[in-house]
Amino acid sequence: MPARILEIRRSVLNENDRRARVLRAEFREAGLLAVNLVSSPGAGKTSLLVETLRRLSSAHVPAAVIAGDVETDNDARRLASAGCPVRQIETHGACHLDAAMIARRLDGWNLETFDYLFIENVGNLVCPAGYDLGEGLRAVILSVAEGEDKPLKYPALFHSADVVLVSKIDLAGPCEFDREAALRNIRAVRPDAAVIETSARTGAGLDAWLEHLAAARCRFLTEKEAPPCV
Amino acid sequence: MHELSIARELVRMAEEAARANGARKVREVRLRLGALSGVMEEALLLGYEAACRDTLLEGSRLVIEPAPVRIHCPRCRRDVEPEGLQLMYCPVCGAAGGTLVQGREIELAALEIER
Repeated sequence: MPARILEIRRSVLNENDRRARVLRAEFREAGLLAVNLVSSPGAGKTSLLVETLRRLSSAHVPAAVIAGDVETDNDARRLASAGCPVRQIETHGACHLDAAMIARRLDGWNLETFDYLFIENVGNLVCPAGYDLGEGLRAVILSVAEGEDKPLKYPALFHSADVVLVSKIDLAGPCEFDREAALRNIRAVRPDAAVIETSARTGAGLDAWLEHLAAARCRFLTEKEAPPCV
Repeated sequence: MHELSIARELVRMAEEAARANGARKVREVRLRLGALSGVMEEALLLGYEAACRDTLLEGSRLVIEPAPVRIHCPRCRRDVEPEGLQLMYCPVCGAAGGTLVQGREIELAALEIER
């Protein structure tokens, strides 16, 4: 029985990467920055996002949200309270969002009317790492309640971050959060990531986050799509 | 646990390539797996077995070829291998901010087929 070796050399996520590139080009064309928000469950993605949307809305900056959850639309309802369009993805068990799910949720939206599209990923520090959603900015959120070594334990995800948001800093004292260790650990995994310390409750750091978003959007809209990584 | 969906896509791609090359059976699948791919090997092997059922790949072996992380050091201007996933600096000059050139791969490298 003659056996033969076939060289293939194709990425298993090829199809997702291709779809993500199409989305990114659409977003750029529409003048919109997509932000992929990733964290473990309970790190405060939704609270931070609600505060971000409130501020954008009072500055008349239009934004939309796609919220992913394994079950329930509780987050979508909280987000809608901030007054911007929200669509929900219930993944029913799937542990991450992918580019096809995002593409399906865009139907009927005129993307040109938004400056930002926030994508709240499923709470998970492992699976979302490899899935490009067409975002121009990936923000990984680390709450002070989680322990400073999370970046060391989940390097694949933290290394993929453009910006790390340390959340709930109003609780740093009671949680005995070691700020220096956390910053050191983030830098060890992703030496050049921007880090912003925030609290959705007190509003700390939110101005810096909004400035970061505005700068990232400007940069994204003037950049050219990088050739696909092999 | 996204390894099952990775395994399914891997098997789908492998079967498609095998059929296009007139294979009757696939004996072996070689997968290049980057250290920063976020894929857990044991979970992938488990998912692979399930995904192979009733395909040309049933009974085949999945061989994982690890791909270490490499970054392009902006200061040394060459590709270097950091000392670890928790030490993503240039091991030669200590520079930060190197771009990743290898380590995220989940790549179907090759197949061994029978015709």
